[in-house]
Amino acid sequence: MSVALETVDLQKRFGGIVATDTVSLRIDVGARHALIGPNGAGKTTFVNLLTGVLPPSAGRVLLDRRDITRETPERRVRLGLARTFQINQLFLTLSPAEAIAIAINERDRRGWSLFERFGRSIASEVDEVAERFRLRDVIAERVGTLPYGKQRLLELALAFACRPRVLLLDEPAAGVPEAERKDILDAVSSLPQSVAVLLIEHDMDLVFSFAQRITVMVAGAVFRDGPASDIARDPAVQAVYLGEAADDA
Amino acid sequence: MKADHDNTTQGHAGSRAAEVLGARSRWHWIEVAFWLAAWSTVWLLPGRHLMLNEVAILALFALSLDLILGYAGIVSLGQAAFLGVGAYTAGLVAKHVHPDPFVGLAVAAAISATAGLITSLLVLRGNDLTRIMVTLGVAMLCFEAANKASWLTGGADGLQGIVMGPLLGQFRFDLAGKTAYIYSLSTLFVLFLVARWLVHTPFGASLIAIRDNPQRATAIGIPLKPRLMVAYTIAATYAGIAGALLAQTAQFVSLDILDIHRSADVLLVLVIGGTGYLYGGIIGALVFTIAKDVISGWTPEYWHFWIGLLLVVFVLIGRERLAAWPRRLIAGRTRPVAEGAS
Repeated sequence: MSVALETVDLQKRFGGIVATDTVSLRIDVGARHALIGPNGAGKTTFVNLLTGVLPPSAGRVLLDRRDITRETPERRVRLGLARTFQINQLFLTLSPAEAIAIAINERDRRGWSLFERFGRSIASEVDEVAERFRLRDVIAERVGTLPYGKQRLLELALAFACRPRVLLLDEPAAGVPEAERKDILDAVSSLPQSVAVLLIEHDMDLVFSFAQRITVMVAGAVFRDGPASDIARDPAVQAVYLGEAADDA
Repeated sequence: MKADHDNTTQGHAGSRAAEVLGARSRWHWIEVAFWLAAWSTVWLLPGRHLMLNEVAILALFALSLDLILGYAGIVSLGQAAFLGVGAYTAGLVAKHVHPDPFVGLAVAAAISATAGLITSLLVLRGNDLTRIMVTLGVAMLCFEAANKASWLTGGADGLQGIVMGPLLGQFRFDLAGKTAYIYSLSTLFVLFLVARWLVHTPFGASLIAIRDNPQRATAIGIPLKPRLMVAYTIAATYAGIAGALLAQTAQFVSLDILDIHRSADVLLVLVIGGTGYLYGGIIGALVFTIAKDVISGWTPEYWHFWIGLLLVVFVLIGRERLAAWPRRLIAGRTRPVAEGAS
């Protein structure tokens, strides 16, 4: 299978601390891939390296075999790497319709348009995206007043509207009340096969119901990488998680 | 149109999105009434034209700040720099090049746009505090530059000997300020329409996105720096045009135009009127000028005390309530759509 996103010996040091330790990871086209690991394993730093928020100390990031290590974050989005945030990052004063329209418009390279309004074609795509993420009923509301679950769905919708090749989902269901959880899981599981998904998640139920492949990260390095069924049975992985559970308790 | 497709229809549902996207830019009758009232003052308040001219120019200046603060989220405490650049440019053009007001206005717009574009590079860096300090610093530099370059600007004595030609070759600037007011109000109106168009374009929407959440804006592929640079340049142009109007209608430019209090006043005006719906600057300018006029009539020496008190009251308790009704009617235009659907 061809590779959608790849890191080659990616490394990030903060002074003496190695936050990401020579990580080489491949995410296949259309993959359902999960990145898991105990707290402090370096998942967030890794995501920041992928999205370009942080520059790596060494190594490379390839998107569709193209080296994007030095590209700006917004350029990476335009090249097909979109993300959601663990903590909602939304346009609170706009409506979902407007927010989605902006995302589509930017994707179509029309962000500089000074002589037009958002057109009909954008509106119909906004409707489709809103439908897919169950936002139709709140499409005209102020984002800031939406229930948390709807805001989480909008997070997904905005990233999806960028029409990415690779989608990074940072704990999409985190903090969502049980009643609204199903909408999010459905939205995640019904993402089109053309999008490769890298799910960063703590929730093991979600991980094992979704992912075909799992990478376990510990102390900034890849600890295990393999098919989900192998990872589930791996005693070393269980030890890492049981160890963490014991520490928490 | 709303009723026939509601929630579960697939495919070509009646576009709710088109409705919502169109709602914000639609003219509300309150806006039409607002501008009719503004224009009616030309005939209804002939004795107040000098003061109204001041209001119109201050409103345009505040509008320039609203474009960056209210829409793009850039805090500035140095917007007077561009007011000054525009004023001195217009004054010098009238004095040395051509007395026609529109020539001065055009040159002032061009020069202040250039000044805006250059300084925008400084303003992009850092957070709100950095921006406040950098804009303040730029304004102080401009003040001292104008002070030192007295061979050009007249320094502390001000730029004197400006004689404006008649407007459109026809209308002389009269002592009652009628020509001046019509000129300033027309300029404000046209630039308001341009701003209103601008904020409802995809470009304008991207500025609001940046203001609301720069992190997310980046994450949907919006390049922050170029967008903010253009917004800042447009705002600088607006401020420069306001300065040009000031110079042309007063036929004098004093160093005071670059003073720090100008930048502070315009921020105050915008805070009084409210940011991010374009009318705040105009309403604020009206309230500010009238308050200044009335209060300085009572106590000429202590008017700053009262304006300070007014500001505190406005910000802490009153403004939300005072501005609630026009704002709800003008800015909250998505509401009727939402109610119609539920």
